[in-house]
Amino acid sequence: MSTSPVEVAIASYGMGNLGSIVNMIRKLGHRSRLCTTPGEIAEATKLILPGVGHFGRGMENLQRAGLVPALNQKVLGEKVPVLGICLGMQLMAQSSEEGGDIRGLGWIDAAFVRFRPERAAHRIAVPHMGWNDITLRKPSRLFEGSGPNPRFYFVHSYHAECGSPEDVLAETEHGYRIVAAYERDNVFGVQFHPEKSHRFGLALMKNFIESC
Amino acid sequence: MARPRIIPALLVKDGALVKTVRFRNPSYVGDPMNAVKIFNEKQADELVVLDITATLQGRPPDFDFLSQLTSECFMPLCYGGGVGSLKVIEDLLALGIEKVSINSAACDRPDFLASACREFGSSTIVASIDVGRDFWGRLKSYSRGGRKAAGPALEAAQRAADVGAGELLLTSIERDGTGRGYDLDLVGAVATAVPVPVIACGGAGSLEHCRQALQRGASAVAAGSLFVYYGPNRAVLINYPDEQQIAALAPRP
Repeated sequence: MSTSPVEVAIASYGMGNLGSIVNMIRKLGHRSRLCTTPGEIAEATKLILPGVGHFGRGMENLQRAGLVPALNQKVLGEKVPVLGICLGMQLMAQSSEEGGDIRGLGWIDAAFVRFRPERAAHRIAVPHMGWNDITLRKPSRLFEGSGPNPRFYFVHSYHAECGSPEDVLAETEHGYRIVAAYERDNVFGVQFHPEKSHRFGLALMKNFIESC
Repeated sequence: MARPRIIPALLVKDGALVKTVRFRNPSYVGDPMNAVKIFNEKQADELVVLDITATLQGRPPDFDFLSQLTSECFMPLCYGGGVGSLKVIEDLLALGIEKVSINSAACDRPDFLASACREFGSSTIVASIDVGRDFWGRLKSYSRGGRKAAGPALEAAQRAADVGAGELLLTSIERDGTGRGYDLDLVGAVATAVPVPVIACGGAGSLEHCRQALQRGASAVAAGSLFVYYGPNRAVLINYPDEQQIAALAPRP
């Protein structure tokens, strides 16, 4: 297991407080750097796309900062491992009902839809907020050693519908079964917040930084 | 069986962690940043942080302090104290705070709680109801840190749930800091009267007290003294139950 510090590039595009992500990385003995320009993204060897908030605004912010071509080059061209968290995961998809005509980055064949309470077996609250157990659908280095029932903290109103079922990495239940994480090649997306999921989040973040 | 929610409730005054008894005489406990780091280690599933002087001093939350706090916090955080406008809630959420608790402003302006729930969603808004007994022993809700009587407690709880509060933080003023156990009749009465989760607070002196409140219908239990003091002499020692202890608190049918 590598122990020398890794520098993680965190895309910073004005969608939420990144403090707890930065601190979690520091606690693991690694470094992070907040990237606001294409030039900073260009140096990344490990990338986190964080964010909370509105899909359309998130994409607009990425575009306004000129980060989209740099991110595409890193992720699709150089195959640098990237972890999308919450809104960051959603932006990796092709579209979201929250974004209307605004297209996502399109790294994963998925569309985000708002929770459909009518599909649920019982009354559900939207947004979905709280700790949930997840179920892994395929082996992944991201969840290595995380035990049979890792728990994570979720806050979201939209969830993924994957075009390619083999991309689904983990699922959870909120009224009905939803995608909790997806993975394709070097692209990882998690709907929950590892930075708010103490030991489970630390384990996931460590795996991403050291093993993915 | 759902896993019981056990929530440390931290009181903050002028940037210091304090603990009150019956909402009075705040005594210094330590540095809140340090407490949060310890609760990270202990793997607390959520935290409540209440600034007990913001409303009394007529000021908004201390955003610089909270920005540092959320940055240290590897678990979801509910904040209360001085939450008097929609703008304040928006700014708190932008810091990475998950839930916002409203008390005095909801008592003074019932419409405010309703608009906060509409604007930010029920799961973001917690109605905090501090309950005491008046001269005739009737349960009343109080605002401004227990200083101002606002009306019958059960009605306040029902009204908060009706306008969309996602949870109620129900605190017994007379049990606060005493370690005598939760006011179980109060917990039972409110939990029966409202459809939303009730977080019992005030009085926990042992995990057995927590179990009792959960058994009486509380969805979660919050505690201050229990998690910041240890032993009969109330030495400051941040602590939190482990997995097995938490699982053992689940109510039995």
